[in-house]
Amino acid sequence: MAEADRQAIDFRGVSFRLPNGRTLLHALDLQVGAGETLVLLGRSGCGKTTTLKLINRLLDPTGGEVVIEGKRTTDWDPIRLRRRIGYVIQEIGLFPHFTVEDNVGVVPRLEGWEGEKIRARALELLEMVGLDPERFAARYPRELSGGQRQRVGVARALAADPPILLLDEPFGALDPITRREIQAEFRSLQKRLCKTMVFVTHDVGEAFLLASRIALLKDGKVVLLGKPADFLASREPEVQAFVACLANPDSSAGAA
Amino acid sequence: MNLWEFLLHHRAEVLTLTLEHLFLVGVSTGIAILIGVPLGILLTRWPSASKPILGFANVMQTVPSLALFGFLIPLNIYLFQIRLVGGIGARTAVVALVLYALLPIVRNTFTGISGVDPAIREAGKGMGMTGRQLLFQVEIPLALGVIIAGVRVATVISVGTATIAAAIDAGGLGRYIFRGLRMNDNTLILAGAVPAAVMALAADFLLGWVERVFGRGVGGWLRSWRTWITLGAIVLALAVWLALAISPAKTGDRIAVGSKDFTEQIILGELVAQAIENKTGLEVQRRFDLGGSLAHEALLAGEIDLYVEYTGTALTAILKLPPLSDPKEVYRRVKDEYAARFGLEWSEPVGFNNTFAILVRGADARRLKLKTIADAARYAPKWRAGFGQDFMSRPDGYEGFARSYGLKFSELREMDLSLTYRALVDGQVDLIAGNSTDGLIARHDLFQLEDDRRYFPPYDAVPVVRQETLKRRPELRAALQALGGLISVEEMRQLNFEVDGARRAAKDVVDEFLRKKGFDPGSAQGAKGGA
Repeated sequence: MAEADRQAIDFRGVSFRLPNGRTLLHALDLQVGAGETLVLLGRSGCGKTTTLKLINRLLDPTGGEVVIEGKRTTDWDPIRLRRRIGYVIQEIGLFPHFTVEDNVGVVPRLEGWEGEKIRARALELLEMVGLDPERFAARYPRELSGGQRQRVGVARALAADPPILLLDEPFGALDPITRREIQAEFRSLQKRLCKTMVFVTHDVGEAFLLASRIALLKDGKVVLLGKPADFLASREPEVQAFVACLANPDSSAGAA
Repeated sequence: MNLWEFLLHHRAEVLTLTLEHLFLVGVSTGIAILIGVPLGILLTRWPSASKPILGFANVMQTVPSLALFGFLIPLNIYLFQIRLVGGIGARTAVVALVLYALLPIVRNTFTGISGVDPAIREAGKGMGMTGRQLLFQVEIPLALGVIIAGVRVATVISVGTATIAAAIDAGGLGRYIFRGLRMNDNTLILAGAVPAAVMALAADFLLGWVERVFGRGVGGWLRSWRTWITLGAIVLALAVWLALAISPAKTGDRIAVGSKDFTEQIILGELVAQAIENKTGLEVQRRFDLGGSLAHEALLAGEIDLYVEYTGTALTAILKLPPLSDPKEVYRRVKDEYAARFGLEWSEPVGFNNTFAILVRGADARRLKLKTIADAARYAPKWRAGFGQDFMSRPDGYEGFARSYGLKFSELREMDLSLTYRALVDGQVDLIAGNSTDGLIARHDLFQLEDDRRYFPPYDAVPVVRQETLKRRPELRAALQALGGLISVEEMRQLNFEVDGARRAAKDVVDEFLRKKGFDPGSAQGAKGGA
């Protein structure tokens, strides 16, 4: 068990079934080490997002257990747990009635930080994600481009310096060029920050760029879990289908 | 007098009525927000209750106002020492307006909050917001535009519905409108309707602006739940303060005299009031202009101590008994029933019978030597008749009337009651059914044919008093006895004409009449009271 305790996130035989009886996840076993980036890859509806929501307890498992920092999620106070986990979702997740600065400062404010400290942190983070605070702090999300909104989303997730970061197709709605730029920036950010990350995508190129390890999901089961090199070597048909997209990047640029 | 001159000439009264109106709308909308917004939020947390509750609010909107008043007046709901529901006056008007305003507010709050993008709600949850933080920082601010739109609709509707407050002595611009309708006076109707319309437009414009401002997103201070609780508390405090201000409950020794909402009733109310002031020196509170059967409701509830009722109306409309034709028998019957059922006493009849009057032109009556309806029956086949909608449809109306006298007219025209007089005078019709005390009968030299077969039930005017009040103030009995047999049909016609036709104040007309009848206004203290 000493081995398992060092994992930041540990899925132990986790199942999730909807009230209507449909099973979305079957006995999932996954570990994410501290500082590691695990990419959850798979087609739409394969259970990637469900897996993510089990980590910050937006959902509770119907079988097995999810352990975060040595403690079952069901034993965590959901509010405390969520404030230790940054959460980035597609651009729609920004609060439309908050300015950029207020959006970034949401979690620190919930945590009861001082006003000045929140402000300083928000400006620092905007700088970090490549947005000029002078120009952007007072704007509303609707006044930003898709790429800018996504940067704000990342800054917001990082605001209270959480040890774990969950990203749910964060760049899915961007045009291919912007996506490539922001992926590259995120890559360098990732190296600087050394956070435990779980990153959901259906873009295999993105997975290869950012992953320490990749978990390929199909119909709520893990088809393959390994480093990108293991991935290329696999003869599994679902893996090969995704690798084929890597050779022809245009086909992966489609919608979510 | 045109509208502009009228408004200018009566500007003080117009202002008072406008402020009363504004007050009714403001207080009721404020209370409706305090109830409706939390209720709407609650429904989003408990969606299975949304159907029955929205259904209830829907039904409330369709209940006619007079029916709602009739239901509310007898209620006695107290919170600590404050009467919240019941009685006549502003309190009940506000309660009714609140009930009407609830639907748009509850519905829009529910729709607005349910309509917040689930992704945004989930983002908030994922950030670690508690339920309350999510509600006050995300859901309410995002739904605010829709909620304010609901308040806007409710306010504009309230400005319109508040006119009905005049039916229960709660004031407002409805007073002009009702008075104008009664007196067939367009200037008076407009004097009430135009300021109300201006008020509705202003409220719509103002709240439309607020809606646009808040629909765009709100500043930081509006995101704290403390702000919302504080705002709610301020509105609540204001509403309570105003509610206290508007409940001048009937104080111990004043006698409250009521009346229905037409000219003759207001004259009779004034007559009873002045007679009491004159003979007993008691202080009288006038609560006139009560719509529909609300005077009866108010009397039962003890909100007023007496008003003048008609025997036939009491028998058929209130007691729901079959009509009788003998006036003495009707009087005896209603007197007994009222004493047994309601604890109310019928005092002496005032003297006249306000029944249907079958009218012909005076010239025709003299030329053809007509006295009774039977006399006229043989001319009927050559005559055109004009009747009001009410007479055509009621059980003691046209059908039985024609059958009982074997009447057949060459032409039968149904029109508004007030127009039948004009039609008769202009020779467009030859016979109409009016009211026997109508002032227009004397003015236009019309002749009332005698109901020799006694088809029409008697409608003798009689003051009806609470027995309790008579026990407490036995001297009232003498004042009411002094009114017995005081007014003939012709005199009542004249009094009605003075007010409706000559546009004089009921108070002056009654004062003059009582002097003529030997009442000495100097003989008692506190004789004069404002109407």
